[in-house]
Order: sequence, then C-alpha cells, then structure tokens
Amino acid sequence: MSNATITPQGPAADSLSAARLPRWSPYAIAVGAVAAGCAIGLGAGLDSRIQWGLIAAVLFVLGTFGIATKVEGKRQAKDRVATSVVWVSFILAVVPLVSLIFETVSRGVKVLDVFFLTHSMGVVADYEPGGGIYHAIMGTLEQVGLATVISVPIGLLTAIYLVEYGRGKLAKAVTFFVDVMTGIPSIVAGLFILSFWILILGFSYSGFAGSMALSILMIPVVVRSTEEMLKLVPNELREASLALGVPKWRTILKVVLPTSIGGITTGVMLAIARIAGETAPVLLLVWGNPLINTDPFQGPQSSLPLYIYQQYQNSGGSPAAYDRAWAAALVLIAFIMILNLVARGIARWKAPKTGR
Amino acid sequence: MDISTKTTAPPAPAEPPAAPLKTTRGATRPGDRIFLGLSRGSGILLLVIMAAIAAFLTYRASLVLSKNDGNFLTTFEWNANNTPPVFGIAVLAFGTVVSSVIAMVIAVPIAVGIALFITHYAPKKIGGAIAYVVDLLAAVPSIVYGLWGALFLVPHLTGFYSWLNDYFGWTHVLEWQGGAPRTLLAVGILLAIMILPIITNVSREVFRQAPLMHQEAALALGATRWEVIRMAVIPFGRSGVISASMLGLGRALGETMAVATVLSPSFEINASLLDPGGGTFAQNIAAKFSEATEQGRDALIASGLVLFVITLVVNGAARAIIARRKEYSGANA
Repeated sequence: MSNATITPQGPAADSLSAARLPRWSPYAIAVGAVAAGCAIGLGAGLDSRIQWGLIAAVLFVLGTFGIATKVEGKRQAKDRVATSVVWVSFILAVVPLVSLIFETVSRGVKVLDVFFLTHSMGVVADYEPGGGIYHAIMGTLEQVGLATVISVPIGLLTAIYLVEYGRGKLAKAVTFFVDVMTGIPSIVAGLFILSFWILILGFSYSGFAGSMALSILMIPVVVRSTEEMLKLVPNELREASLALGVPKWRTILKVVLPTSIGGITTGVMLAIARIAGETAPVLLLVWGNPLINTDPFQGPQSSLPLYIYQQYQNSGGSPAAYDRAWAAALVLIAFIMILNLVARGIARWKAPKTGR
Repeated sequence: MDISTKTTAPPAPAEPPAAPLKTTRGATRPGDRIFLGLSRGSGILLLVIMAAIAAFLTYRASLVLSKNDGNFLTTFEWNANNTPPVFGIAVLAFGTVVSSVIAMVIAVPIAVGIALFITHYAPKKIGGAIAYVVDLLAAVPSIVYGLWGALFLVPHLTGFYSWLNDYFGWTHVLEWQGGAPRTLLAVGILLAIMILPIITNVSREVFRQAPLMHQEAALALGATRWEVIRMAVIPFGRSGVISASMLGLGRALGETMAVATVLSPSFEINASLLDPGGGTFAQNIAAKFSEATEQGRDALIASGLVLFVITLVVNGAARAIIARRKEYSGANA
C-alpha cells in the first residue's frame, strides 16, 4: 500500500506527476514541532512535560497540513494529516501504557526480595516497613484454583453443548446470555454471592465465597474460547469416528477434545489471568486478613489485588505501604503476564497441527 | 448428516433415510444420554445463574427500598445505616455517566487511530508486535491501573488542571478551585486508558476484515490512503467500532477499583468536572461496604442492581449489533 502513495521521484517533475514533498519531510516537521513545543513550553513556564508534548503534537499536525497544502494540494494534505493523526494517537496511547509498566517495575523492585515473598503482614502494622505478601499469594492461588475447578467443567460442557448439540431456542438463549455474562461488572458478581451466600444462607466471609464470584466471571470466558476452538475441529474427524460406530459422547471425549486441547488450554489460562487480578468481589467476600490462612473454606483470607488495595487505602499514605503495594502489583503483573505468554506459546505450538 | 442425504439421494426422496435415522437417534445409548444431559444441564445452569443474579439482587434491594426515607432516584445522600435509612442514587448515576462519557470521548478516537495504525499504516511486523502488546495490556488488572492512577497520574494532572482552568475556566465546566485533582475528569482519563485496549482489539479485527478488493479498487482510481480508509474501510467497520465502543462503555460503567483509588467522592453534583462532586455506583459500593450494616449492604445491593441493569442493556445492545453484522457479512460472503 505504501508503494501506491509514495511514488518514485525524478528530479525533473513532468506534467504527469504532481509536486511532492521529499520523503524526509515528516521527520523534519516532527523535529521542528518538538523544538517549537519545547520552546513554547519553556517560554510560557509550563511545568508539565505532557503539555509540551501536546503542544508539539498540535504544531506537527498543523504544520504538516499547511506545508502539504501549499506544495501538494488539498487531497494529499488531508492524507498526510490523517497519517500524522494516526501516528500521534498511537504515540499518545503508548505513553501512559509504557509509563504504567515502567512505574510498576521501577517502584516495585525496591522491596521485592525473598523475605517479601515468604512473610505475611501478621506482626507488621500497615504504616511500618517490613512484612510481605506470602498470605496474599496463598490466598490468590487458592481462590483462583477453586474458581478454575468450578468453572472449567461447566464452561467446557456448555461449549460442547453449544457446538455439538445446540440447536433451537435454548442454544440461542445460552449463546446470548454467555455474551451478556462476559460484561457483568465484577462488583455485581460479588454482590450476588454476597446476597445469596452470606446474607441469605448465612455463611461467613471465606476464600470459597470469593471463588464462586470469580467463577461467575470466568465461566463465560471459558465458554467463549472453548466454543471457538471446538468449531475449528474439522467435521471429517467427527464423521470418521461416528462412521466407525463410536458413540457420540466417546467421539467428543476421544476425538474432538484431544484435537482442540491446545486451544482450550490457552483459553482457560487466559481466563485465569483475567480473574487473578479481580479485586472487587474479593473485597466484598473474602474480606482480607493480614495473617496466613490456608483454608479457603474457613475465615477471611487475603489476595494479591486486595492486598494492593488495602496497602494503598488503609495506610494513611505511608511510603512503606506504598512500596509494598507497588511490589505486590509487580508480582501480580508478572504472574499474569507469564500466564499470558505461556498460553500464547501453547496456542502457537499447537496451531500448525489443527490449522493444516 | 446433511452431506450423506445429499450424496445418496439428490432427487426428492430425502424422507425415507431420515426416518430410520431418527429412530436410531431416539434409542440412544445411555452414555450419550448422560453426556447430553450433563452438557445441556450446564447450559441451563448458566441461564439459572443469570436469573438468580437478577432475582437475589432484586429481593435484597426490595427489603431496604420499602424502608428508604429518601427518594431512591433523586436523594443526594447516602446514609443507609441510619434508621430510617436515607439514600439515593442521583449523584452516583451522574458520576457514572459523566466519567464514562469522558472516557469514551477520549478513548474511541484514539483506539480507532491505533487500530488503523496497526492494520493500515504500520509495517506488517511492527503492527503485529503492537497488536500483541495491546493484547497484553488488556490483561493488566484494574487495581494496578488504580494504583498507577492514584500515585502517578493524579500528581501529574495538576499542571493540566490549572492549564484547563486558565484557558477554559470561563465555561464553568472546566473551572478549578485548586483542590487535589481526584475528580471525575481524572477518573475519565484513567478509564479511557483502561478501555483503550479492548476497543482497539475489536476495531482492529473489524478493520482487518474490510474487503481488500474495495480498497484496491479505490487505490486504482487514484485515491490517497486516507481516502481509501474513508471510503472502503470505515464504512465497513462502522458497526464494529460502535459495538467495540459499547463493550468499552460497559467496562467503564462497571469499573470499581481504579475509580475507588483515584476519586475522592462527594455527595453533591458540581457543574465543574475539575472540582469534587459525584461518585460512581461501583466506587460507592467498594468505599461504603466495610462500614455498612446489613441494612446498609442491602442499600448497596440496590445500587448494584441498577448498575447490573445498565450494563446488561449496554452489553446486550453491543452484542445485538455484532450479531446483526455477522449475519450481514455471512450473507455477503
């Protein structure tokens, strides 16, 4: 596509090719705009670098439009402005995202060490330095594990129903509500379990209550991804198996599922990565606990996202607590990113076999 | 099944083979019946869960709504622990809508820009890498965005706020009294950053499917790249972008932790986005929960029910648009 718009330039432009800006012109305008932006920023005494960047971006777009209109005409000028707007929007979006990662890593490594990973907050007040996240890691692993145990069978079976059996109104309704369920705010899932499990049935706060809310969030994700994977299994495989007289349920268990197991694993891992960072339902249902509690069915627990929130919220702005919050955030992000990368690795590794 | 009837009997008699097939299917093996029962049962279980969410939230909400001394829709107060309780969602609804609208106004154009950048502007390899990074960013948990927002974004916003106040203060909407910038505008900006990845991902998929023939035809007629996008890509992707935006909106409406860490709530409505005023449904639940009595919790559940209905409508609409588009393009293909 780029060949079509950037035509090769001869030194002597004939009547067929219109005047063109040289290829380096966007860079020149960009450098000019940044310089002018910094100059204006300095001159006007603006403290925030973000403002400098914004001024430079606006100048760049205006400059491109003006120069291109003069040399190349209006249509080309619009094209160049669109190009620069797209580039600017991309850069604008990258800045906060890069900053987020950078801040988390640079502030998180301060207190992150083996001690931090292997101790709880049992004897440490929230404003004091010291303490760690062992109890939170245990809580997260148990709650997410339980949620996975609940949601994977339900999710898999629902997806199998939709792909292998589902015809008619019931299947349509299930498809629609799975879609809608994907969008349920996590806090509403938490409130549901709160009203049903704690307020009406009278159980107390526990990791298990949290896992139930998490599985409400996880099931639709598992259904969606498994469904996509099952649809990719070639029909010839099913027909060959059925033609040999194998019952349908054995065909599904022995032929369809093994063929798509890579993709299903990926989907489940991505779903785990999604719920591992959920705070709101944990806040409502697991309550938080500075001590180590490894029994998810009895008494309040903690979890990594909840730990971050409580270190931020309850410490009255003590730097030690903020450091712990950043370090816990770093651990959480690392955990989720590793899950993501492994999941995608599995998808890539398994892909050629089914996609032949 | 369809294939076998087609190949064996091209003319009319498709019924004779169909009848015996049905009878054998009727007398299925027990394993099949159990398996079908299990899988259909879990499908039904999902419907039951959805119904139960609505039912239980409504039940608990009804317990407290009858006792409410204020008007649930118009009271500017949240004293749900008192006897009698006085609470209303006016401020929460205002804050939720305003912060989500700010987020949409910022995020949608930028997300469309990034999606176009990935599909039509960036070199192929770079585009793929960026798409991958955007995918990963969608997985960053909201509490981390919240922490970043409260400890990094908010301190960096004071300059921006005073700039807005200097140049646009006369509108009253962007007037600033000089407090900490933990207001609806800051929340809107943070939400915009959070919903960027999801809007980008869905729009990117739609733009990628834009028919190549149309684009090449436009290029052959001498269109510039921007004209190709305007004539051949955006018309094709419009409904996709709309539904992507609504998915993002659904997420922004229900976002809890990022708002709870950044916003300093106040139970009044302020014309200015830069001064404290307003809360959101989810933020209010998270903030008020720990000191709420059972009655207070029911009141929070009532506000959660409103949030549930709103997100249900928004998401349902988004899905309906996607589904219609699918049928349309399927007929086209």
